[in-house]
Amino acid sequence: MSQIGSFALLLALGLSAYSFLAGLVALFRQDASSARLGETARRAGIATFAAVLLAGIVLVVAAFNDDFSIAYIFHHSNRDLPAAYKFAVLWSGQEGSLLFWSLLLAGYGFVLRLRYKTDQRLFAHASVVIASVQVFFLLILNFAAHPFAIMQGALPADGTGLNPLLQYPEMVIHPPMLYLGYVGFTVPFAFALGALIMKYPGEKWIQITRRWTMVTWCFLTIGVFLGAHWAYAVLGWGGYWGWDPVENASLMPWLTGTAFLHSVMMQEKRGMLKVWNMSLIFATFLLSMLGTFLTRSGVISSVHAFAQSSIGTWFLVFIGLTLAVCTFFLVANRSHLKSEHKLESLVSRESSFLFNNLLLLVVCFTILWGTFFPILSEFVQGHKVTVGPPFFNRVAVPVALLLLLLTAVGPLLAWRKTSIESLKRNFLFPAIGALAVGGMMILFGVRPWEDPSYFYATMAAVLSALVIFTVISEFLRGGRVIAGKSQQNLFAAMAHLCHRNTRRYGGYIVHFGVALVVIGILGTPFNKEVEKEMGFGDKISLGPYTLVCQSYTQDDNPNYGNEWAIINVFRGGKQITTMYPERRFYKASGQPQTLPRIYPSFREDFFLVSDVYLVYEGKNETTGRPIIKAHLNPLVPWIWIGLIIMVFGTIVALVPNAAAVQVAATTPVRAPAQVGAGD
Amino acid sequence: MTHNGKNQGHLFERLYHERLHRRGRAALQGRVGRIKSLRASAPAVRRILHALILTAAVFLFMGAGDDSARFKDLGHRMMCTCGCGQVLLECNHVGCQSSDKMRNQLQAALDKGDNDDLILQGFVQEYGPTVIAAPTATGFNRVAWIMPFVALAFGIAFVVYVVRSWKNRPAPALADGITIPRGSELDEFRQKARKETDL
Repeated sequence: MSQIGSFALLLALGLSAYSFLAGLVALFRQDASSARLGETARRAGIATFAAVLLAGIVLVVAAFNDDFSIAYIFHHSNRDLPAAYKFAVLWSGQEGSLLFWSLLLAGYGFVLRLRYKTDQRLFAHASVVIASVQVFFLLILNFAAHPFAIMQGALPADGTGLNPLLQYPEMVIHPPMLYLGYVGFTVPFAFALGALIMKYPGEKWIQITRRWTMVTWCFLTIGVFLGAHWAYAVLGWGGYWGWDPVENASLMPWLTGTAFLHSVMMQEKRGMLKVWNMSLIFATFLLSMLGTFLTRSGVISSVHAFAQSSIGTWFLVFIGLTLAVCTFFLVANRSHLKSEHKLESLVSRESSFLFNNLLLLVVCFTILWGTFFPILSEFVQGHKVTVGPPFFNRVAVPVALLLLLLTAVGPLLAWRKTSIESLKRNFLFPAIGALAVGGMMILFGVRPWEDPSYFYATMAAVLSALVIFTVISEFLRGGRVIAGKSQQNLFAAMAHLCHRNTRRYGGYIVHFGVALVVIGILGTPFNKEVEKEMGFGDKISLGPYTLVCQSYTQDDNPNYGNEWAIINVFRGGKQITTMYPERRFYKASGQPQTLPRIYPSFREDFFLVSDVYLVYEGKNETTGRPIIKAHLNPLVPWIWIGLIIMVFGTIVALVPNAAAVQVAATTPVRAPAQVGAGD
Repeated sequence: MTHNGKNQGHLFERLYHERLHRRGRAALQGRVGRIKSLRASAPAVRRILHALILTAAVFLFMGAGDDSARFKDLGHRMMCTCGCGQVLLECNHVGCQSSDKMRNQLQAALDKGDNDDLILQGFVQEYGPTVIAAPTATGFNRVAWIMPFVALAFGIAFVVYVVRSWKNRPAPALADGITIPRGSELDEFRQKARKETDL
C-alpha cells in the first residue's frame, strides 16, 4: 500500500515539474512548436491531480484498513476510531495535511486547466505559477515530510490514536474549509502574477478571478469561524478566540483577502490601485504560506501547532523566493500598472476603499507584529515576552471599530463624488437608529464610562446598528422604487432588486452578517461564570438560570471511557432543558478531553440570546462528585448566525445578475459617468 | 520742620492708608463684581466644572474596584504557566498545579493589600516575564505598543499623500470638441442618470 502511495507522489512530482518547466519554455518561445509544448504542460498539470488524488486515496484507505506499517497511520489512528474520523486522519497530522494541501492545489489547478479556453495565454501563465507552487509542496512531501514512511521494527498491534481534540464533528469540516481558503488564494495569486509578467492589457484577469477569489474568501471565512466554534465547543474555556498564533495565522490572509476584494473594485471600475491590488494578492498568498510555516516550523508555541520539524526552512526559502519574484516583476513592469483616473473628491467610494484597506492592513500588521514580537523580543532582550489577548484587544479593537464605521458609511458613498445632501439623506435614519440603540443600552444599565470594555461594547453596538440600519435602508429604498414600477410587494421587489445587482446587494448582506458577528462578540464583557462541586440536587445560580444537578454517572466504549453529569436548567421556576457536560478519556492516546454542552436561549429571549455553557471539569477524588463550571455568555449565538448570513451574502454575490429592465431614455445623456452608490 | 515733617509723615501715612483703603475697596469691589458676574454665569461654569470633575473621577476610578474585580482584572493580565497557553483565569484544567497555585498566590497578595504593580512584579520574579499576558510599557517592550500606532500614522500619511497626488494629477486629455461637464451642469447629468438608472 505504502509503495503505491510513494510512487503516486513521485509521479506527481515528475508531472508537476514537467508542467512547470515545459510551460515556462512554451511561454518564452514564440515559435509554432511552443503551442504543442504548452498543451503537454497543461495535460501534465491535469495528470498531476490524478496522481496526488491517488496518493490521498491510498492514505485514507490505509487508515480504514488500520495499516499501522505506515508510520503516519500509526501515529494518527487506531482500530476503534470511528469511520468519519478515519477519513479526517488525512489532514490531522503534519505529512497528511501537506498531502491534503497538495491535493486541493492540484484540484484547483485541474479546474483551471480545464477552463483554459477563456484566455489561453493568461491561463498558461497562471498554470505555470500554480505548477511551481505544486512542485514546492510535492518536494516537501517526497523528501521532508513523507506520509508513507514505513514503521521501523515490529509491526504494532494498534495505533496511538487521533488527537482527542480532533475527535469532534466540526474537525471533519474545519480543516478542509480552512485549507480550501488558504490554497484557493493561490489561484488569484497565479492569475495576478501571470497578468503582471505578461503585461496583460485591461482588467479582464480580475473579472476571470473574481468568482475564484470570492469562493476562496468564503471558504476561508467558514474555516476561520468553524475554528472559532470548535475552540468554543471543545476546548472548554468558554471563549472562542484566544489570539493564539495559529488563529492569528488564519486571520491575517483573511484580512488582506478582504481588503483585496474591496480594492479590486476600484481597479475594475476606475482603473485605479493597480500596484496596490497586485501587492495585496501577493501579500495574501504569502500570508497563507506564512500561516503554514507558523503551524509547522515550531518557531512559535501554540496549542494548535503541529510538532516541531525541519520543514520550516523549506517554507522560509519558498516564501523568500516568491517574495523576490513578485517584487522583481512589480518593479520591472510598474509602467504597466499606471492608474487611469484621478480622484475627484475625498467624500467618495474611492477614498472610503482606501481607508478601508488602510484599516484592514493596520489590523493585519498589528496581528503579525504581535505574533512575531516574542521572537523579536528574545532576539533583542534575550528573553521572550508573552503577547496575549490583552495586547490584541487593546490595540486591534479600536481600529476594528473604525473599520466597522467605514463598513456602514462606505457603501453609501458614490463613486467619484458624494454630495453632503446625499450623505444627510442616506444617513439620517440609520444614525438615529444607531444612537437609539446606544441610548437603550445605557437605559438598560450598561455604563460605558465605568470600564473600557463597556465603552467598546457600547461603541460596537452603536456601529453595528449603524451598519444594519444602513443595509436595511438601502434595501428599502431600492425595493420601494422597484415596487412602485413593477407593482410587486416590497419583499418581492427587494428580492428582485438583489437579483438585479447581486454583487452589490450580496455585499450588503455580507456586511449585515459582519454586524451580527460584532454583536455576538460585544457580549463578552458581560459574561458570567460560576464553578462548583455538585452533588445530587445541588444548585448553581447563573443570571436568570438555576442549574440543578440531577445525577452524575460514567460509561465506557472501545474508543473512550467517559464521565458526565445530568444538569437540569430552570428559569423562572420552569425547567427549560437538561444538559449533559462530559469528560472523556481516550484509550489509545491516554488523553482526556472535555466536551462542554451549550444551550442557546433563543426560545427564552431571542434578540438578547445567551449561551448557557456547562463544562464537566473533573471529579473531586475525595467526594467523587463532579466539578461543574457554568458560563453565561450573552449574544454569542449571533456570531454563528452572522457567519451563516455572510456565507449567504457571498453566495448571492456569486449569482449572475438578472437582465436589467430596459428604461427608454427620453433625452440622450452626454456624460456616461458612473454615479450613485453602485457596487 | 520736625513737626511739619511729622505732620507730613502723618499726612503721607494717612494718604497711604487711604490709598490702600481705596485700593482695597476697589479690589474688594472688583472681586465682588467678578463674583457677581461669576454668579451670573454660575450655572454654565458650574456645569462645566462638574463635568470636568466627573470626567476626571471617571478616568481616575475607571477599572478600580473591590478585590474581586481586581482579582478578575489581574487574573486576566497573567498567563497560566502550565503550558496550556491560556490566560490564568481561563485555564480550565481541573487539578492544574500551576493555575490553582497562582490563583491562590494572587488572592493572598490581594488580601495582603499589595498594589497591582507589586503583585505583577512578584509574579514576574517567580515565573519569569512570560507570565505577563501582554508586554509591559517599559524598555524595549514599549515598541510592541507603539508600532501598530506608528503603522496607522504612516498609513494615514500615505493615504493622504496618495489622495493628494491623485487629486493634483492632470486630467487625461480629451478629444477635440468634448468637454467635461462641471458644477451645476454635472449635477444636472447626475440627476438625470440617477433618475434613469435608479432601481
